[in-house]
Amino acid sequence: MTNTSRRRALKTLSLSAILLCTTAGFSAIAQERTSVKIGYVVSKTGPNAGGAGITTIPNYVLWAKEVKDAGGLELPGGKRLPIEVIEYDDRSSAEEVVRATERLATQDKVDFILAPWGTGFNLAVAPLFDRFGYPQLAVSAVTDKAPQFVKRWKKSFWMLGGGHDYTEALAGVLTKAKAAGTINGKIAMISVADGFGIDLVTAARPSFKKAGLDVTYDVTYPAGTTDFTPMINEAAKGGADTFVAFSYPPETFAITQQAQVAKFNPKVMYLGVGTGFPVYGKNNGPNAEGIMSLGGIDPKNEANAAYRKRHEDVTGKAPDLWGSVITYASLQMLQEAIKRKGIDREAVSNELSTGSFKTVLGDTKMEDNQLRTLWFGGQWQNGQFVAIAPVDRPGATKPVLPKPAWQAK
Amino acid sequence: MKRIATAAGLITLVAALASAPFFLDAYGLGLMMGLAGYVTLATAWALFSGPTGYVSLATVAFVGIGAYCVAALSEVLPYPLVLLIAAGIGLAVALVVGLSTLRLSGVYFVIFTFGLAELIRQLVTFYEINVTGTLGRYIFLGITPEQIYWQLLALGIVTMLLRWWIGRSRIGLALKVIGDDEVVASHVGIDIARTKLALFAISATIMTLVGAIQAPRWTYVEPAIVFNPTVSFLTLIMALLGGATRLWGPLLGAVPLFLLFEWLSANFPNHYSILLGLLFILIVFALPKGVLSFIEQMWGKAHRTDDSGARS
Repeated sequence: MTNTSRRRALKTLSLSAILLCTTAGFSAIAQERTSVKIGYVVSKTGPNAGGAGITTIPNYVLWAKEVKDAGGLELPGGKRLPIEVIEYDDRSSAEEVVRATERLATQDKVDFILAPWGTGFNLAVAPLFDRFGYPQLAVSAVTDKAPQFVKRWKKSFWMLGGGHDYTEALAGVLTKAKAAGTINGKIAMISVADGFGIDLVTAARPSFKKAGLDVTYDVTYPAGTTDFTPMINEAAKGGADTFVAFSYPPETFAITQQAQVAKFNPKVMYLGVGTGFPVYGKNNGPNAEGIMSLGGIDPKNEANAAYRKRHEDVTGKAPDLWGSVITYASLQMLQEAIKRKGIDREAVSNELSTGSFKTVLGDTKMEDNQLRTLWFGGQWQNGQFVAIAPVDRPGATKPVLPKPAWQAK
Repeated sequence: MKRIATAAGLITLVAALASAPFFLDAYGLGLMMGLAGYVTLATAWALFSGPTGYVSLATVAFVGIGAYCVAALSEVLPYPLVLLIAAGIGLAVALVVGLSTLRLSGVYFVIFTFGLAELIRQLVTFYEINVTGTLGRYIFLGITPEQIYWQLLALGIVTMLLRWWIGRSRIGLALKVIGDDEVVASHVGIDIARTKLALFAISATIMTLVGAIQAPRWTYVEPAIVFNPTVSFLTLIMALLGGATRLWGPLLGAVPLFLLFEWLSANFPNHYSILLGLLFILIVFALPKGVLSFIEQMWGKAHRTDDSGARS
């Protein structure tokens, strides 16, 4: 009998504790606004975690810390509110990113949502951002269809260009080199049979053709390929002195090593994702010199250099030299737009679309909701991955051609 | 009398479920959609695998086929026709696969079905690279989440009814015999191959339709997104947790598990996988025979204690 009543007492006690907690939660919500809620869903685990962990998550973390250190987000009138960050892991599943975004919008009722990582995931959530009225600053999404998306989703912003932009920029560099007589204009090209490789190679074929460049070798390989020796040998045979690989990071590193072993020394070597990782330059040392890829930075841009240092101090690693700085700039734009317009999502979207901003990229302005002033090509020079294309943009470094021969280790 | 009451109860339940979108916000609706999808998948899975004991990991192969049909055809054909074609393709693939593999049994069948999903994914990738030159496809259909939910709900109900009907028909009986002992089944004159094939094909068609109906929710599909092997594993775990041989088993497994996944990922986003692994171990220890038989056991115990009058 005593046993039963004690149990009952315990039950009552725990129940009332739970009730207390929930009511406490409610009363907190009912009060006046004391913070700005920022939410995001990103792939912290699963196949996409690698990319998200380099380009997206560290920048979100860095930005949140900087806002906190500054005493919160500034609103019109100079008042500052602390930010409350809610993050979810989509486990690299499209279903999960959609549901977690719905959760952010309707359960957590966040004030702003930061974009997820990847083209597919940004597209999966675009209708939701649109329906709930959130501006979507999609950075890690390379797509040629951005102009159509902007028409469909008025508050979406696309900030990393399309495959076509990158291949046009590369064609620009090659055309110049061909006119100068440095290269013979023949290209050997391999690409990974996955999203990035296919988009880029499909864009590259017409770009090269239009520029009068001759593709002598053009094959795709499955993601995860480790032995590139046969492809490198075939590429060398066709008389091409430009080698292009639209590759993923593991393959980018493998190709670099295996080209050295095969003593394959093309005059231009352009590799895919991974070339712009700081670790690529570190690992390959002098052999990274002259290798080209997507992205790049202007070494004379001091704001960017300062950003790179802060990034390393806070997250413990240097940012990559392609998408990271754009991610950070997108957050600066959001922050500034909130400062100008307050927590009014409609007004903030408008401001993002029409205003101009001072960011780590310099003066930044959207054109038709897209960021068009980008570095589409870079090259390792003296231990730095400097921007070389578009060739006619101010601040572009002159490419070093031909690429220096491999050095024996 | 009892039967009428049950029927009335079920009809009320269906009506309540169908009217859910009018009361729920987008997140609640998203949950219901996920639930309806997984309940249907688990029930369809149990339709074939429950009685026969063949553990299939091909679920996502069919879900992916459905999604790709919608992605490929939604711009050129009206939506209902796309669904029909998707179902037809799913059925055809199931028949070809079934004919060639249902002679396999045990672990060979498990491995084969797992490989099938990967095979279809690679075939799609190959086609996209070499023929269309782009990997991702866009689905711009004006289908609202409510409509997706209603379609899934209807499909789920049809699947449950189908399972209920099969359970009481000759083919259901035949399946039970096959599941118990194939040799005996063939000796009593059951056409084993045809029975298994029929069930496999029905189950696969339903899975294909689930994929097709859900696809517009993603806007963008590519092989890595729609052929995600996790879907196969989740379906299997849900059906087994509930009890794959019972009519209500998959539902009773899918609902709590799905809500549990959701609760974990909302509250412990950084420890999700660890907690999930621990929970699975616990479930296997605590409920080795599934939720339904556990409930029945407890029910039986409670009644016995009732009789002896030892209730506290």
